[in-house]
Amino acid sequence: MAKKEKVLEHTSALQQNRTDPDMKVKPTLIIHRIICYIVLVFFSILCLFFFYILLVNASRSHYDIMSGFSFLPGNQFINNFQSAISNTTIPVVNGVINSLIIATCTAVLSIYFSAMTAYAIHVYDFKGKKFIFNFILLIMTIPTQVSALGFFSMCTDWGLRDTYIPLIVPAIAAPAVFFFMIQYMKSSLPIDIIEAARIDGSGEFRTFNTIVLPMLKPALAVQAIFSFVASWNNYFLPALIIDTSTKKTMPIMIAQLRSADFLKFDMGQVYMFIFIAIIPVIIVYFCLSKFIIAGVSLGGVKE
Amino acid sequence: MAQAANAGSAPVKARKGQIGKYKKWGYIFMLPFTLVFLVFQAWPLIQTFYYSMFKYFKSGLSWVGPEFVGFDNFVAIFDMSKGSNILVLTWNTLIMWVLGFVPQIIISLLFAYWFTNVRLRLRCLGFFKTVMYMPNLIMASAFAMLIFSIFSDIGPINELIKHTTGGEAFRFLSYTGSTMGLVAFMNFIMWFGNTTILLMAAMMGINESVIEAAEIDGASSSQIFWRITLSLIRPILVYVMITSLIGGLQMFDVPQILTNGQGSPNNTTKTLIMYLNEQIGTSKNYGMAGALSVIIFIVCAALSLVVYYFFAADRSNKKSKKGGK
Repeated sequence: MAKKEKVLEHTSALQQNRTDPDMKVKPTLIIHRIICYIVLVFFSILCLFFFYILLVNASRSHYDIMSGFSFLPGNQFINNFQSAISNTTIPVVNGVINSLIIATCTAVLSIYFSAMTAYAIHVYDFKGKKFIFNFILLIMTIPTQVSALGFFSMCTDWGLRDTYIPLIVPAIAAPAVFFFMIQYMKSSLPIDIIEAARIDGSGEFRTFNTIVLPMLKPALAVQAIFSFVASWNNYFLPALIIDTSTKKTMPIMIAQLRSADFLKFDMGQVYMFIFIAIIPVIIVYFCLSKFIIAGVSLGGVKE
Repeated sequence: MAQAANAGSAPVKARKGQIGKYKKWGYIFMLPFTLVFLVFQAWPLIQTFYYSMFKYFKSGLSWVGPEFVGFDNFVAIFDMSKGSNILVLTWNTLIMWVLGFVPQIIISLLFAYWFTNVRLRLRCLGFFKTVMYMPNLIMASAFAMLIFSIFSDIGPINELIKHTTGGEAFRFLSYTGSTMGLVAFMNFIMWFGNTTILLMAAMMGINESVIEAAEIDGASSSQIFWRITLSLIRPILVYVMITSLIGGLQMFDVPQILTNGQGSPNNTTKTLIMYLNEQIGTSKNYGMAGALSVIIFIVCAALSLVVYYFFAADRSNKKSKKGGK
């Protein structure tokens, strides 16, 4: 009997909690909430802290930075920016342009051809389709570094060293993008639409380009962002492949900055280089964050 | 999503005969992906395996080899008398991974639990998620350079230490513990937001009525968390852990930039891929690099199989649930 009463009491308490959220909240719940907010705010600050210091120091002169720590930005931002882009040992403008070219091409190629492959598996019935699907799923998590040696020697043999081909073309085969696209197609690309297009006399290739691709736009956009960012941030392979200083990408230049004799450098400039490497991605991210976070939780698979 | 997926694939089967004549298009659409995969991924991997069996390195300006040596490279890489043998490198890599992963999974579980808790009803979740995911997209090498600048002997943190204690600067990069700590810290900052979002998605998938039933049965919230939530999201936990381990084995950018490729102090923070990079790029010892790649490949392939079965099991579960109705 007592137990039953307790259960009733409990359920009514639950209902109360639900119907009037702010009127009769237990004090323990309020304390719990306050603790949650304190911890969450602490970790948010931790995430932003270093980038704030970056912003502050990128806007201070070398002398100011060396003379002490400050939480307030300085007024040397433009100065640092100008001296950074006119630095001849680290041609940062070239770096940004190179990185932009490579990352854009990578993003476009990987979403287009991986979507095409996913479409082939999703729509057509052919021999070996299941095997291919499972195979791609299997290799999805194998890192590219393990074949870096063969990749490097192949590029050397074929005269592809110091070109962008080995950095761009391999993006056509992107298993993670393929997997995301096929999941998306399963949920929102009805076969009937393709059948209808066929009846209307549309060729297979045209159907894919003009009817299917526009329908996949949200998924394509999310994957394009991820591919772009991954390529923009990629350091391992470009560092092996690219030798000429004007062809180098941003991460290689950052590494150069690290290996240069640190004390000789104008620190304001160093922070400005890092700022230039990081900020474009942060800006894109804050504009599209809703989109991106939805993509992360939807895909579940990201490198 | 799973139901829609089945709804989508059922008509495909039914109209198999009808679309049979289109099947050549399946091959055509797959062609670019397959070709690029074969040329840029499969072939290099085969070559890597090939090199692992050969003595092939650059000595001064001339190349030695290639000369077939069987498994000699594999024996050499386990040579304990050398500073950079595979056991030391694996140990360094794994320690830094564990130091970053343990706090990451604890904090992510806690945050995912808070974010999905109906009772707590926290606000500004969008803001917190956005901020916490941000470091994941930052260029790892630039982030490492930033941390290096901030924690260097003349950086702001040391200014602060000197200012408050009046003593000497603390040389973060001269000690194994603090260098590893910095690497682990960066990995933690970069990945906890991502893990939180994945675990949140898993926790939101838990049927509300299960939790309610437990509440009515008098389970405390800690009991609900440990006994119900955790056991229901176990597949995702395993997935997160294994993909993180695979990512951890690839650890390169952060320690490479932070220690300028040296793995300092004394090779104690040199990771597997840092050594691989050194063997391919500067030392030009292809035999050694090949042997190391093959070992990493085997380990990652084994781990990938686990992830694969996780996906396969997940899919067949959903199918059988649908079929049961």
